[in-house]
Order: sequence, then structure tokens, then C-alpha cells
Amino acid sequence: MKLRYLEISVGLFVLLGIAALFYLAIQVSNIGEYRDADTYEVIAYFDHIGGLKVRSPVTVSGVRIGRVSAIAYDAERFQARVALAIQSGQDYLPADTQASIFTAGLLGEQYVALEPGGDFEVLADGDEVLLTQSALVLENMIGRVLTDLSSD
Amino acid sequence: MGDFLANLGRSGLNWLSLLGRASIFLFRVLRSQDAVVRRYRLTLAEIHSVGVRSLLIIVVSGLFVGMVLAYQGYITLVNFGAAEALGGAVALSLVRELGPVVTALLFAGRAGSALTAEIGLMKTTEQLSAMEMMAVDPYRRVFAPRFFAGFLSLPLLAAMFSAVGVIGGYLVGVGLLGVDSGSYFSQMQSVTDWREDVLSGVIKSIVFGFVVTWIAIFQGFDAEPTSEGISLATTQTVVMSALAVLGLDFALTGLMFT
Amino acid sequence: MNDARGDDTPHVVVEDLVFRRGRKVVFDGLSMTVPRGRVTTVMGPSGTGKTTLLRLIGGQLRPESGRIWVDGEEVARLSTRRLYALRKRMGMLFQTGALLTDMNVFENVAFPLREHTDLPEELIRNLVLMKLEAVGLRAARDLSPAELSGGMARRVALARAIALDPDMILYDEPFAGLDPITMGQIVTLIRRTNSTLGLTSVLVTHDVAEAMEISDHVVLIAEGRVMDAGTVDQVRAGASQWSEQFLDGRPDGPVPFHYPGDSYRDDLMRERESGHG
Repeated sequence: MKLRYLEISVGLFVLLGIAALFYLAIQVSNIGEYRDADTYEVIAYFDHIGGLKVRSPVTVSGVRIGRVSAIAYDAERFQARVALAIQSGQDYLPADTQASIFTAGLLGEQYVALEPGGDFEVLADGDEVLLTQSALVLENMIGRVLTDLSSD
Repeated sequence: MGDFLANLGRSGLNWLSLLGRASIFLFRVLRSQDAVVRRYRLTLAEIHSVGVRSLLIIVVSGLFVGMVLAYQGYITLVNFGAAEALGGAVALSLVRELGPVVTALLFAGRAGSALTAEIGLMKTTEQLSAMEMMAVDPYRRVFAPRFFAGFLSLPLLAAMFSAVGVIGGYLVGVGLLGVDSGSYFSQMQSVTDWREDVLSGVIKSIVFGFVVTWIAIFQGFDAEPTSEGISLATTQTVVMSALAVLGLDFALTGLMFT
Repeated sequence: MNDARGDDTPHVVVEDLVFRRGRKVVFDGLSMTVPRGRVTTVMGPSGTGKTTLLRLIGGQLRPESGRIWVDGEEVARLSTRRLYALRKRMGMLFQTGALLTDMNVFENVAFPLREHTDLPEELIRNLVLMKLEAVGLRAARDLSPAELSGGMARRVALARAIALDPDMILYDEPFAGLDPITMGQIVTLIRRTNSTLGLTSVLVTHDVAEAMEISDHVVLIAEGRVMDAGTVDQVRAGASQWSEQFLDGRPDGPVPFHYPGDSYRDDLMRERESGHG
């Protein structure tokens, strides 16, 4: 009767609300990445990281396989220490893989691109990526071009 | 000049006393929250009148806001050749800002003003007084269930608003403007973080639900028991809720997205 | 519950009551008693705080000083729990009825029963129909409060006030704004409720004729104090000048027709002076 109608409509309302929350979490956001929380971490040192941020993507051949999990400045090496969390399924990365910081588009966000080398050994948890290429800083590039031009 | 200062002082004191009364009221309402479970039928009825009855306006508004966002976003993004990023733009604006804020404003207008008018009328017609004389505590019987209902309903409504908005954006972006369906969602997922964006949007709407319901119920309780008093209190509810929501939104955004 | 009917300890005792609203002194050392099992009427001009007195007795307001005892308990000192227990033995009839607008007549009368007892539905139904029958509105049980006339709403409110079988009922202006027939019905109801249930009734009103008709005791208050008190005959016989004016409804007397101020002549003179200046 009256109470039953009330119970059902309120129940439906709460259910819809929770369904919407789940929809937002699963369909709209990146909760999927957290679901396979199984990752391993490799370290890369860069002279300059540009606009790289925690949670920036880590890709191989343009395919996303992980994300930046921590950024810190290493005072002993005078370099930025970047930790990359890589999905544990992707454990084929050779030891001489190169890590570069690229920009998506001219003004887009920056990400770490990995280029696998030819080594038979693979990177394991805690290993360091030895070959790195820093972010290109636009001002430096322009400066270099100007010096080149003026030295001619 | 002296008059001006005296007026300033008086209105300052009035504001302080208003805040004091509102806080004491809130404290007593929160202390009576056990009634929410014990009198669950009352709570159900209030969720129905506050939440379920706001469903239509929230869903329709969400759909339109999502559709408008898709149009506007597309116009801007296409200049940068980044129309594929439309999904992310729509989802982020909805989940972080528009979902919680617009829902709270609509909620203040739809449910908040109704709560104020209802309680103000109960006060004017001595119903609250009569309950007290019948040894029934109005805090438990009237305020606590209504407060809980508002507090619970707003986050749920905000989530529905955002979800429907995303679908509205999809209809316009993919259906009308020809953005690729796959990249609409994949872009969305890659830029929307569930903790940073979705969860903080939910936290915002929980705070808004708390504050808007508090204002609405207190304004009814504090209303002058005349018809002018009730209409003034109803207006006050909408105005103060809107200001509180926008101000708090600024503060919360500053706290959470730094 | 000390429910001895023949008991002649007063039901309510008010002693040296002082109450202020803002700067206005409402009561200034008011003392009175309400005998048990009788109809006592508190009368006085409008704005003398008669309703405030009922709220003080019901514990909704606290006196600034002085004490009020109801059934031997000092109202202002009771804990919330004890106060609520006391109120269950006390019914109050508000001027407007104060029915809960989101329920129909039946549910309004059932309200105190549902709130305070765990009685089975069938028993509640019987009790409610009994109370409604007592006020003659059993057939109106499905109406909503908005559909009731003022007198009917007051009768429903009376049924609600006696739902928990209280020892005492407080009536706030029960005769205000009623047509003669409804007035007669209410008068009869109050009298009958008092005699059949044997409870103490306290009325506040300024309708002299009806009040004198149904009361056992009368208390006349004005300017925050008791002017006259006693049985109806005592008050009629030994009335002070003020009481005579009030009871007979004379426009002028100890209570002046004019609001107090400086003389009319002075006022006119001042106006002329300022006009010249």
C-alpha cells in the first residue's frame, strides 16, 4: 500500500544513485587501472623532466602500460628521480630500454615513452633504466637555434 | 558616522547570534540522529519527498547541461584539432564542478525551499509547539529525519546528474558532431581519475548536502511565525544556500585540487 | 500517579512568577493556585500574557524567577525526560487547534497514542473512535485538517488532547472567533470533559460570559499581577473596581480609554509652538 510504494520508490532512488556512482567510477574514470594494482616499479633519472607529473602515462610504442608513480629530486646525482609503475603483465622490457620524455602534440601533456633495446635480461622491480632522454625545453631549443644562426 | 558604526555593530552582532542559534540547532539535530534509524518509516517518507521528488528536475537538467557542454567543448577543442578530447572535457567539468554545484543549487530551489516553507508553516500553526506539549520531541520527530534525508539525497542526485550529463554529452558529441564513440570514452577514462575527480566530487556534494539541508531546516525553524516570515525565510534559504554552495565550492576546490 | 480525586492539594501552584519578554515585563510577582479537578479560568485583557502563562505551566518557557509546581513537581527544574513524562499527563488545546496538517483527523488523534504506546492497531482504532465520538466527530475521521472549520478543528484537537487520558487540560482561548452554536458546543464539551473525566481544566480567555458560566474558579490578571481570584461568586461579590470594569466590559474606568501619555491639550500646544518655530 502506501508504505510499500514509499519503500519501493526510495529503494529505487538509492539504487539509481549508487548505480550512477558506479557508472562514474567504472565507465567514466580510470578505476580500471587500479583494479590490477599489480605493478612493478623501475627507476629512471632525468636531467630535466619538463612538465611531467605523477600519474602521467608510460607508454611503449604508444601503448599505455603504466604510469609515473613518484617524482623526486636526487640531491646526490643532481637529477630528477622518476619512479615508473608498470603493469606486471608487461615484464618483457629489456635491460637496455631507453626512457624518453615526450609531449603529446605541440602543447599537450608530457609522458614517458619507453623504447625496448635488444638485451636478453629484462627489467625487474627496483631496477634502473640507464638510458634516458630528458624533456625538450622549448626555451633551450629556441636559444640553441638562435646561437647556431648567429654563429654562421 | 556614529550611526553607521552603530548599525554595523548591530548587524554584526545579529549575524553572530544567527550563527550561534544555527549551530546550537545543528548540534541538537545531530544529537537526535538515532531517531533516523528508530523511526525509519519517517525517514523513508522524507527521502521520498526530498530526494525522489527531485529526481526529474535533476535528470532533465543533467541531460541538458551535458549536451551543452559537448557543444561548447567541441567548438573550442576543434580549433586545436583535439575534438577527440571531448569526452574528457565533458566528464571532468561534470564530475568535478557542475555535477555537485548545479545539483546543490537545484536542490536548494526545489527541496530546500520546500523544507523551509513546511517547517515554517508547522511553526506558525503551532504544530511544533503542540508536539512538544504532547511530549513529542520535534527534533526527533521532524528535524532529524529531514536532515538525514537531505544529507543522503544530494550526493546521490549529484551522481545521477553527472552520469546523465555524460550520456547527454555522448548524444551530442558522438551522435550529432561525429566524434568517434570509442575515443569519447577512452579519452574520458584516461583523463578522469576516480580518486582525484570522482571521489572529490562526491565529497563536495556530501558537504553541500549537509550545508543546504542545514540552512533549509534552520530557516524554517527560525522563521518569524507569520506569512511574511515564511516567505522571507524561503527566500533566505535559496539565497544563503546558493552563496554557501559557491563559496564552499571555491574553498573545497582549493583544498582538493592542489 | 497520585490521582486522588478528593485530594484538595492544588494541582498547579504559581509563586512569585517573574517573566520578561525583551524589555517588556509580562509577569511581575504573579502568584496563584489551580485546585484539582475543577475548571479554573484565567481572565485578563488581551496582551497580558495569558498564553505565556500556559506555556510556562507546560514548561515550554522558563520563568526568570519564581516557581511553578505542577502535581508537586517544579516544572523549570525538571530534566527533559521528567518534563516529557509530566506533559504526557497534561493536554493542551491550542487556539488554532494546531492539528498536524500532513495527517487526517483519525491520524491526528492517534498521533499521541502511536508516539507513546505500543498498542496494537485494533486497540488504537477503538480508542481513537471513542475519543472522536466524545467530541461528536467520529464520522469526520477521514477529513484532512484543511477541510475542517475552526470549531471542528478545536474539537478534534480536544479529542487529541484527551487521547492519553491526562489529569489536566490547558485551554488556550477556546472561545475565540467562534459562532454562537460552535461556542455552545465547545462550552458543553469543556464542562462535560471536566465532569466525566474528573480532570483539572485551566482556561485562559477574555470571553467573560462563557468563562463565568463554566468555571468553578476565576483568576483575573492584569499588568503582570493577580487582580482578583476565587470562586465565581466570590469574585462577583467582592470585585475590585478594576475587576468590575473588566467583568462588565465598561470602556472606561481604572483602565483608561486612552493609551497613557501626556494630555491632549499639551500635545496640541506643542504642535502649535513647533509650527511657529
